[in-house]
Amino acid sequence: MKRGPSPFNLVSVALGFAFLYLPIVILVIYSFNASRLVTVWGGWSLVWYRELLNDEAILSAAWITIRVAVLSASAATVLGTLAAVSLTRMGRFRGRLLFSGMVYAPLVMPEVITGLSLLLLFVALNVDRGFWTVVIAHTTLTTCFVTVIVQSRLIGFDRSLEEAAMDLGCPPLKTFMTITLPLIAPAIAAGWMLAFSLSLDDLVIASFTTGPGATTLPIRIYSEVRLGVKPEINAICTIMIAVVALVTVVSSLITRRDASQQKQAALGAQV
Amino acid sequence: MAAVDEHLSRGGRAPLIRFEAVSKRFGVVAAVETLTLDIGEGEFFALLGPSGCGKTTLLRMIAGFETPGEGRIFLGGEDIVPVPPHRRPVNMMFQSYALFPHLTVEGNIAFGLRQENVGREEIAMRVAEMLGLVRLQGLGGRKIHQLSGGQRQRVALARSLIKRPRVLLLDEPLAALDKKLRAETQFELMELQRKLGTTFVIVTHDQEEAMIVADRIAVMNQGRLMQVATPTEIYEQPNSRWVADFIGEVTIIEGRAAGPGTIASALGPLAVADRDTGAGKTMWLALRPEKVSMSAERPAGATNTIAGTVSEIGYRGEMSAYKVRLADGSLMKVSIANVNARGRAPYAEGDAVWLSWPPDAGILLVS
Amino acid sequence: MQGHQQTRGWGGRLVILLPYLWLAVFFLAPFVIVLKISLSQSVLAQPPYAPVLDLAAGWPGLTAFVAQLSLDSFRLLASDSLYLLSYLKSLQVAAISTAILFLLGYPIAYGMARAPKAWQPMLVMAVVLPFWTSFLIRIYAWINILQRDGLLNDVLIRLHIIDTPAAWLSSDTAIYIGIVYSYLPFMVLPLYASLERMDESLLEAASDLGCPAWKAFWLITFPLSLPGVAAGALLSFIPIVGEFVIPDLLGGSESQMIGQTLWIEFFSNRDWPVASAIAIALLGLLLVPILFYERLQQRSLEGART
Repeated sequence: MKRGPSPFNLVSVALGFAFLYLPIVILVIYSFNASRLVTVWGGWSLVWYRELLNDEAILSAAWITIRVAVLSASAATVLGTLAAVSLTRMGRFRGRLLFSGMVYAPLVMPEVITGLSLLLLFVALNVDRGFWTVVIAHTTLTTCFVTVIVQSRLIGFDRSLEEAAMDLGCPPLKTFMTITLPLIAPAIAAGWMLAFSLSLDDLVIASFTTGPGATTLPIRIYSEVRLGVKPEINAICTIMIAVVALVTVVSSLITRRDASQQKQAALGAQV
Repeated sequence: MAAVDEHLSRGGRAPLIRFEAVSKRFGVVAAVETLTLDIGEGEFFALLGPSGCGKTTLLRMIAGFETPGEGRIFLGGEDIVPVPPHRRPVNMMFQSYALFPHLTVEGNIAFGLRQENVGREEIAMRVAEMLGLVRLQGLGGRKIHQLSGGQRQRVALARSLIKRPRVLLLDEPLAALDKKLRAETQFELMELQRKLGTTFVIVTHDQEEAMIVADRIAVMNQGRLMQVATPTEIYEQPNSRWVADFIGEVTIIEGRAAGPGTIASALGPLAVADRDTGAGKTMWLALRPEKVSMSAERPAGATNTIAGTVSEIGYRGEMSAYKVRLADGSLMKVSIANVNARGRAPYAEGDAVWLSWPPDAGILLVS
Repeated sequence: MQGHQQTRGWGGRLVILLPYLWLAVFFLAPFVIVLKISLSQSVLAQPPYAPVLDLAAGWPGLTAFVAQLSLDSFRLLASDSLYLLSYLKSLQVAAISTAILFLLGYPIAYGMARAPKAWQPMLVMAVVLPFWTSFLIRIYAWINILQRDGLLNDVLIRLHIIDTPAAWLSSDTAIYIGIVYSYLPFMVLPLYASLERMDESLLEAASDLGCPAWKAFWLITFPLSLPGVAAGALLSFIPIVGEFVIPDLLGGSESQMIGQTLWIEFFSNRDWPVASAIAIALLGLLLVPILFYERLQQRSLEGART
């Protein structure tokens, strides 16, 4: 829309963002508080970060969480991309309706249901719960998010690019590798990062599907938080926020470069 | 096979592409209906028709992006229906150009050759040759988004020609260009086609473009061929009212055969060139506007003379298009070249005028 | 244009089969197991339910298994008001939160869509960013603020609005704050997407035809944004009904949402059949909104192709 924002628009956006960011900012600031009491400001300090470095339990949980997130995000990216290709490039096939149903349902399915059902599956299959069951559970959950992201990119994609490649003698699989894949790469990267952060974030499904020796960071934080506010938790949260913010900024720079190239292309076409 | 014989007798060239009773449906909509067509070797062939007439589907069938529901398609005598697009010796220039945005100009042009294990040196040589052919020397290293619309069009052309295809398919290749550039490019395309001798099949909805570039035109409507002929034949000898009306401007007068060389119409008896009209049959006389002359006085000795009143004048620069109201209330289109440099239009709205035309100016149609 | 109708090779089949099988095994099949266990009885054993299907026993084993299935867990759900109240509470919280989210989210999304084009990617990123930081962290941030000696009470006392610290935490108010805070991006983004897509010449045409701006909003902008409203509402409502973390950390103990009830039955009471029955009943409750959401997704993602 071209018409400029009205004062009402500006105020609502400003208030909205204040609401979204204020709690996080407060959390970050208090992670640097020298005092153990939240209301008392004891001056800037890194004491809780130092404490964190000595907390074996938190560190090992963090390491497990990162490994789970990398593995499940990678698997989900492969599966999700394949699913997106199936839904946009394969025309009709038997069971397509069920397939698209299974792809979109986990996006809104309450986590307690997904978690419980996966756990009961693992029990029925007599699988020992632990690291790998969490990886499988997170892959299942995040595949669908990857699919939706890649799918919307594939739909916005000029189909005649693929036809042109085949017309010039490029077989279908090679066309996918040399033309389609490079052009949807930003969406695949975005899908991976979303899957990664969802896995990093998940408490409920991990609680159901985990086992001995595979306590993830959210499970650890949850059990600490139930006992009350602890400045160490503020510190670990701040680190997680910093990591996610960094990843988001980098990825948005990548996609913005992509978008600005497309914009230039559109402008060029009018010359 | 009448079309084939007719064609062979004219040029003596063998058909390169043959559609044999080809049908294609999308759901319930028939895009192409039992269509039979031959396209000769070395021809510049145009598929012309309103949007949705099936012309693009036909083109995409040659490329292999659509499979016919029924019928067969031959290329050089071989049935190509089972051949996938990447194994067909035809190349296509897309309406959107479909240039790969992540490759350079050179990368785009070389793409086809890279699929065939052609040596590095030969690729470089042929890309340079193509850049020269489309006058893009020195732009090989550019990215696609750094090019103007006209330059992109030429990259797309070069990319589709580099494999020396047996047929070049052009899907509305000039639609994205402005009018002036389009006119120049039309002549460039013709020159290129003559130079290379490759068969070109172009899809267009612009009849002027089809008439200028093509050796033969297939006029299509609702998945069927209405007429396949040279541009002159299509314009001067349309085979139906639909084609006469679709191509250019025309006035159609309904009449009934009344003896040799005469038809009876609401405007009285009209002399026509055809002798054997067959008594009593309903016929239509199609008159192109430029073939009718207009005068203030009744012209002496003219065969078909009719009185009327100027109802509308459309000034178009090089000529003016008149609509003249006739005695039966119908309108006749007349166009008159504006030969007079600063002359005002010779007739004004409301003027009483006389129209006349020789018997062989009209086209007699039976359908 | 129709898709290619080439015969699919093994490679093409694999592309479909791999994600298909994965989702069938890890998403669809588990529901069958949940259904089966919801019809079982709780026992003190490992696994803590009976009967256990013994495929080795063949047909007699199967009939014995079917004979032992019972609706006891569902009868318990229907008879004990605890469960019914949990469901009602969940629906109530979800409905009210969705309404609040819509009222808060619409002005934000509308403001974003009206902002200069150059800012919009930044604004979208700013909405998405908190969504990328951990859910748990965001709830934890609110515990910091809402607890008895937290920032909110501190500020209110300093401003002399209240004299003694109020108990914000462990209340429905805290649940609503936490839910609205966590789900705001889910509401704002679909709304923004539908508002941003809108052709501005529609509003120009309306004003050209004599329609004042406020009326044009109700007659043009709002009706055209309804798909976004529906998407945002469903994306919020469905998961909120099954929400566990927020009511568990911010809510009080006097009443539970159904997600908490399920969690407690499973982890504390170790009554797997009842937990499964709760899940099945919850799924039944959400079936209509989920199917509605699926149609919406299919139309927006796949409808664009034809």
